[in-house]
Amino acid sequence: MTEQRGPAAPAPDDFLAVDAALTGEEQAIRDTVRDFAARELLPNVADWFEAGTIPDPRALAKAFGGLGVFGMHLTGYGCAGTSATAYGVACRELEAVDSGLRSFVSVQGSLAMAAIHKYGSEEQKASWLPRLAAGEAIGCFGLTEPDSGSDPGSMRTRARRSGSDWVLDGTKMWITNGSVADVAVVWAATDDGIRGFLVPASTPGFTATTIHRKLSLRASITSELVLDGVRLPEDARLPAAAGLGAPLSCLNEARFGIVWGAAGAARACYLAALDYAGTRVQFGRPIAGFQLTQRKLADMVVDVNHANLTAARIGRLKDAGQCHHTQVSFGKLANVAAAQRVAAAARSIHGANGITLEYPVLRHMLNLETVATYEGTEEVHALSIGQAVTGLPAFR
Amino acid sequence: MNIVVLVKQVPDTATERKLRPEDNTLDRAASDGVINELDEYAIEEALLLKEKHGGEVTVLSMGPDQATDSIRKALSMGADKAVHLNDDALHGSDALQTAYALSKALGTLEFDVVVLGSESTDARTGVVGAALAEYLGLPQLTLAGKVDIEGRSIRIQRQTDYGHDVVEAELPAVVSVVEKINEPRYPSFKLIMQAKKKPVQKLTAAEAGIDVAKVGLNSAATEVVDAAAAPPRATGTVIKDEGDGGLKAAEFLAAKKFI
Repeated sequence: MTEQRGPAAPAPDDFLAVDAALTGEEQAIRDTVRDFAARELLPNVADWFEAGTIPDPRALAKAFGGLGVFGMHLTGYGCAGTSATAYGVACRELEAVDSGLRSFVSVQGSLAMAAIHKYGSEEQKASWLPRLAAGEAIGCFGLTEPDSGSDPGSMRTRARRSGSDWVLDGTKMWITNGSVADVAVVWAATDDGIRGFLVPASTPGFTATTIHRKLSLRASITSELVLDGVRLPEDARLPAAAGLGAPLSCLNEARFGIVWGAAGAARACYLAALDYAGTRVQFGRPIAGFQLTQRKLADMVVDVNHANLTAARIGRLKDAGQCHHTQVSFGKLANVAAAQRVAAAARSIHGANGITLEYPVLRHMLNLETVATYEGTEEVHALSIGQAVTGLPAFR
Repeated sequence: MNIVVLVKQVPDTATERKLRPEDNTLDRAASDGVINELDEYAIEEALLLKEKHGGEVTVLSMGPDQATDSIRKALSMGADKAVHLNDDALHGSDALQTAYALSKALGTLEFDVVVLGSESTDARTGVVGAALAEYLGLPQLTLAGKVDIEGRSIRIQRQTDYGHDVVEAELPAVVSVVEKINEPRYPSFKLIMQAKKKPVQKLTAAEAGIDVAKVGLNSAATEVVDAAAAPPRATGTVIKDEGDGGLKAAEFLAAKKFI
């Protein structure tokens, strides 16, 4: 009898071989980000989280810019011009390290740069995009306000005409990289609806203060922006942005990265738990050998691979220009919830060790508390899916 | 300046590496192929030389089809083009035959300097650079920790156990590098996207002018007759501190000639 060689056993870190469907370039980008993350980010991230900041955001921006991760799926202006899937894969690999680092990239590429790329004048694009792509400048995105979160249309920030200029007054809250940014994309209500403005950080009346005492996304700089009589020329306005749809379409770009990123955080927690369970000996054997642990691990494998499949499918829809924003809502709702389940189970497998920064699980778990609510809460995404299938809006 | 950098694909050191039982050659299918680590330093040095002196960096790699992945990575780091020497007749070639084959492939190219890693993580013979220079009849500058080129003169710091020697030669020359020399860059996404469009010339043994009787397993000067797994690591020495722990630790280190 000849021995039959069946298919190879699944790899523990990619059980359904989801990555086999990536192109050569996408795999090369994945490997590059993994390599970069392992050498430059992973050794530092627990310290940054503990310190509650990124100690040298300029250096980090330059390193990210050198790789080409900022605005990587945009075209021209120094951007790499990859597929959306490649951008997703990069987000996944960064968030496998920490959600705060993926947020850095999301804000720069998908919010600040995407807004300028989509709605900016030729002059604005030429002036800002190459510097933002290279990480020589840092951008932020101001939409959310202290009293305006899920309902951004209720914003109080106003832009008033003053001769040919605009004058902006208001406060923006929870702005990633606000206090280290060179330029802020600020959304303000005008008599003609919501408009976007490029506000250089040096503009008189613009101040940014770092928000402290966060218990989540600590390896990330979060700020409050205050606009007090900020005077801007007409050419600071994003000419093609009219109405709330403009900032919401930018958020949809960033959410696409979160769909992937959550899969990365989930994978990191699962792999940490798998490793820990294999080496932690209790009752004379590794705890991985106990049925209750295996059930947890099996559930994690299912969650991680579902999340990866969801991300991969949405990526290909986006590459084909066929991705509806409610499908991104599906991805964010499903994948963040999956990541939260995996993180909680991973933390339980780690026992007491799970609560320290020596292991990544509680750090991810805490970060995911932010990821679950920013860029659209779970509830809002559920309502977005609900409206898509029933035709009945239930937002208000 | 025309710079050729030699790149070898080797099995990933992070995975289990195996020999094929039938001929004791490397089982390349058993593990993922990656660029030999020192070759990344060679690529970086080639790119630095190009940035300083202008010219073009050509990757030359000898290996089977899957070596394409490593060539692609070298192009993603910034090399301009590549030559892939790929022929079944080369299978099982030892270090000397490899040097011979590479010398013939280099004969099809114009170059001022050849840069390579000082050894590979698979066979670890560390002789290809020197042998290659002999075949080409060119100066060999091996184990370089620093390279400077001025006009047609090349000067390196050759790393030794006691420091370094300064070695000079006239171009063209063969330079092998050690990891002290630089910090290899990451491939950039822009270059990853461009790598597919960069020219990769396929070269057979015949096209390179290689005498196939002189290469391959059957005519190799060396033969792997046996292989054994590394023995498991022995238990370490435990020093119990009874007030003289520091002394005992120092004695242990002195006995091993660490201090």
